[in-house]
Amino acid sequence: MLNPSARYFIPDPSTWPITGSIALLCMASGAASWFNGWSPGKFILFLGVAILAYMIVGWFHTVAHESESGQYNKQVDVSFRWGMSWFIFSEVMFFAAFFGALFYMRVLSVPWLGDLEHKLLWPDFNATWPATGPGIKDPFTPMGAWGIPAFNTLLLLSSGVTVTLAHWALIRNDRNKLIAWMFATIGLGLLFLACQIYEYGHAYSELNLKLTTGAYGSTFFMLTGFHGFHVTIGCIMLTSILFRCVAGHFKPDHHFGFEGVAWYWHFVDVVWLGLFIFVYWI
Amino acid sequence: MEAAHAHHGHGDHAHHPYGIMRWITTTNHKDIGTLYLVFSLTMFFIGGLLAMGIRLELLEPGMQFWRPEFFNQLTSMHGLIMVFGAIMPAFVGFANWQVPMMIGAPDMAFARMNNWSFWLLPVGATLLVASFFVPGGATAAGWTIYAPLSTQMGPGMDLAIFALHIMGASSIMGSINIITTILNMRAPGMTLMKMPLFVWTWLITAYLLIAVMPVLAGAVTMLLTDRHFGTNFFNAAGGGDPVLFQHVFWFFGHPEVYIMILPGFGIVSQVVPTFSRKPLFGYSSMVYATASIAILSFIVWAHHMFTVGMPAVAQLFFMYATMLIAVPTGVKVFNWIATMWKGSLTFETPMLFACGFIFVFSMGGFTGLVLAITPVDIQLQDTYYVVAHFHYVLVAGSLFALFAGVYFWIPKWTGHMYDELLGKWHFWLSMIFFNITFFPMHFTGLAGLPRRVPDYNMQFADFNFISSIGSFGFGLSQLILVYVVVKCIRGAGEKVSDKVWEGAHGLEWTLPSPPPYHTFETPPVVK
Ligand code: HEM
Ligand SMILES: [Cu+2]
Repeated sequence: MLNPSARYFIPDPSTWPITGSIALLCMASGAASWFNGWSPGKFILFLGVAILAYMIVGWFHTVAHESESGQYNKQVDVSFRWGMSWFIFSEVMFFAAFFGALFYMRVLSVPWLGDLEHKLLWPDFNATWPATGPGIKDPFTPMGAWGIPAFNTLLLLSSGVTVTLAHWALIRNDRNKLIAWMFATIGLGLLFLACQIYEYGHAYSELNLKLTTGAYGSTFFMLTGFHGFHVTIGCIMLTSILFRCVAGHFKPDHHFGFEGVAWYWHFVDVVWLGLFIFVYWI
Repeated sequence: MEAAHAHHGHGDHAHHPYGIMRWITTTNHKDIGTLYLVFSLTMFFIGGLLAMGIRLELLEPGMQFWRPEFFNQLTSMHGLIMVFGAIMPAFVGFANWQVPMMIGAPDMAFARMNNWSFWLLPVGATLLVASFFVPGGATAAGWTIYAPLSTQMGPGMDLAIFALHIMGASSIMGSINIITTILNMRAPGMTLMKMPLFVWTWLITAYLLIAVMPVLAGAVTMLLTDRHFGTNFFNAAGGGDPVLFQHVFWFFGHPEVYIMILPGFGIVSQVVPTFSRKPLFGYSSMVYATASIAILSFIVWAHHMFTVGMPAVAQLFFMYATMLIAVPTGVKVFNWIATMWKGSLTFETPMLFACGFIFVFSMGGFTGLVLAITPVDIQLQDTYYVVAHFHYVLVAGSLFALFAGVYFWIPKWTGHMYDELLGKWHFWLSMIFFNITFFPMHFTGLAGLPRRVPDYNMQFADFNFISSIGSFGFGLSQLILVYVVVKCIRGAGEKVSDKVWEGAHGLEWTLPSPPPYHTFETPPVVK
C-alpha cells in the first residue's frame, strides 16, 4: 500500500512474482523433459527463459520507478544494503560448494585412486593433478595460467578500478565521467567474456580438454563456467545501470541501485582471483 | 497504540484486489503467512498419505501392496515433501505472521519478494508430486539422494533436482527477507537483546539457511551435470567420488536439521513462560545457546557418514563435536524447566504441546547422543534406530512445536478461541500414537532392522505391526487439527481479548484480535 502519510514503504500488490513462478515451472519441466530425450522440451525451456527475462525487466523497471519517484526512504535503502549483502553471501556459499569439490578431488579422491590398494586395479593410473581419473584414457593438455587467464585477471581487476572511478564520478555528480567509466567497465567485462569463449574453443579444439575430461575437466569447466555466467549477469546489470545513468537516474546521495551492482561486480572479481590461483595456477 | 490504529484505520480494508488475485498478488505479511501455513498443512497431509502407504506395506512381513521400487519412492518422497514442503514452510509462515508483529514492524522488509518466496513453493511441490507420474516414477534414492543411485535414476530424479533448486531459492529469498526485517525494521527501543526468543531463533535460522541452501543447490547441480552432461564429480572412474556427494549433502543436511528445530525452540520459549506466568529463565543464555548450536552445526556433518570410511582422527573429531552440541541443547531444556519451576502453571493446549515437546524431544536428543558414538553408530547406521531418532526430534520436536504455535497464536490471528477440548484430544492422541509408532523402532533398530526396505524378517513382525497401527492412529488424529483450525477461521468459538492469554507478553498481544490488515504503520515505542 502506498500511503504517503505512513512512515514506512510497502509496495502495491504485484503480478511479477507469479510471472516468475510460471517461468520457472516452464523452465524446470521443459529442461527435465528435454534432458530425458523429449526434444520439444527445449521450446518449453526457452519459453520459460523468455518469460523470466520479461519478469526481471518488468520487476526492476518497477523498482527503478519507485526509487526515482522518491518512495524509498532511508530505511528502505538500508534494507536493500542488508539484502544485497546477504544475497552475495549466498553466492559465495554456492561457489564454496564447487571449490570444495575441487579441493576434495585434488587433495583426497584423486590421490586415493592412485594409492597402493588401487594400484592393483589400475596399475598405470598416474594420480598427479591435473588428472582425469583412472577410467578416462583420452589424453589432454591442461590449461596454462599465464596466457589468456592472466590477461583476463588483468581485465577484471581493471574493471574493478573503473567501476570505482564511475562511483566516485557519481558522488561528485560528474555525469559525463560516470557514463564514460561505466562504458569502460562494461567493455572490459565483455572483453573478458570474449577471451573466455576463445579459451573454451581452444580447449575443446586443440587441448582436447572437455567437460567430460574427468576430475580436471569437470571442475575446470563448472567453476569457470559458473563464473563466466556470473560475469554475464554482471554485464547485463551494469548495462541496465548505464541506461539508467544516461536517463539521468541516481543522485550523489541516493544510488543504491548503482552500488549494489558494483558490489556484485567486485564479488565476481574476487571469485575470479580464487579461480586463477586454484584452477589455473597451482 | 489504539490511537495509531484509529489514525490509519483505512489501512484495514481495500487497497488490495479481491478473490483469488488477492492471494496471488499480495504483499502483505499476514496474507503471505497464511498462504505458507495453508500450503504447509496441505503438504503435511500429502506427505502423511505417503507415510500411510509405507506403514501399510510394513504392517506385515512379506510383500503386500507395492512393488519394491514404489516403496522406495514412497519413503523418498515422504522425506522430501515433509522436510521441504511441510516443516520448513510452516516455520516461514510463522515468521511471516509473527516477526513483524513481535518487533513492531509494518511488514517484511521486502514485501514483494516475500510474495515470490511463497509462490515458488507450489512450483516445487508441483514438480515433486508430478514426478510420480513420469516414466520410472518419482525419485527412489531416499530424501538424501545419494550418488551413485541418484546419478542413475529416470526423469523423476531430474524433477526432484529442479524442485530442490526452486524450493532452495524460495528459502534463500525468505531468509534474506527475515534477516533484513529483523536487523532493520525493529521498532525504536527494541534492542537485539529485548527481542522475543522466537525472533532470535529465526534470525539465526535464516543465517543458517543462507549459508547452506546454496551448498545444496551446488550439490544437486553437480548431480544434474553428472547425469546429463558427462561431468565426473561422483564417478570414481573419472577421478571423482560418490562419497563427495555425501560430504556436500551433509554439509547442508546437518545445519538443515537445526534449521527445522531452532524456530521450534523459539516457539516453545514463547509458550512456556506464558503458561508459567513467569519470564523466561536465562534469556541471554538461550540466545547464546542458539548461536552456539548454529555455529557447531557446521562442523559435525560427518556423523552421518561414520560407516563410509574415514580416517580415525576424523571420526573422533566428528564424534566429539557432535557430543558438544548436546551441551547448548541441554542448556535450553534446563531453562524451559527452570521457567516452569514454581510458576503458576496451567495446561492449555499450547502448553501441553510445549511440555510434550520438551519431554519427547529430549528423548530424541539422547538417541542422537547414542548415535554420535562412532563405534555404536557403525552398528546402528541405516537401521530403524536412526528412523526413531529423527522422528523423535522432528515429529515430537519440530511438529509439536508447530502445533503449540498454532494453538498459541490462532486466537490472535482469527480473533476466535479454538476448541480447547478438541485441542486436548489432538494433543493426547498425537502424543500417544506418536510413541506407539516410533518407540518400537528403537528396538527393531537395535536388533538390526535396516531402514528403507519393504520387507523384513519374521522376528520383527510384532513391533512393525504395533508401529503401523500407531501410525494410522497418528494420521487420523491430525484431522482434528484441520477441524479445529477451520472452525477458528470460520469464526466459531468465543471472541478473544487483545491479550488472549493471561500471562502473555510482547507487542503482538497489544494489537486487536484479529489484528488489522496493516499493523504498526506508526512504530510503537518499546521501553
Ligand atoms: C542432541 C542433538 C543431536 C545429536 C547428537 C544428533 C545426532 C545424530 C547422528 C549421529 C545421526 C546419524 C545417525 C546415522 O545415520 O547413523 C543423526 C541422524 C539424524 N538426525 Fe540427529 N542429532 C541431534 C539432534 C537432531 C535434531 C534436533 C534433528 C532435527 C530436528 C535431527 C535430525 C536428524 C535426522 C533427520 C537424521 C537422519 C538423516 C538420515 O539419515 O536420513 N537430529 N543425528
Ligand atoms: Cu546431523
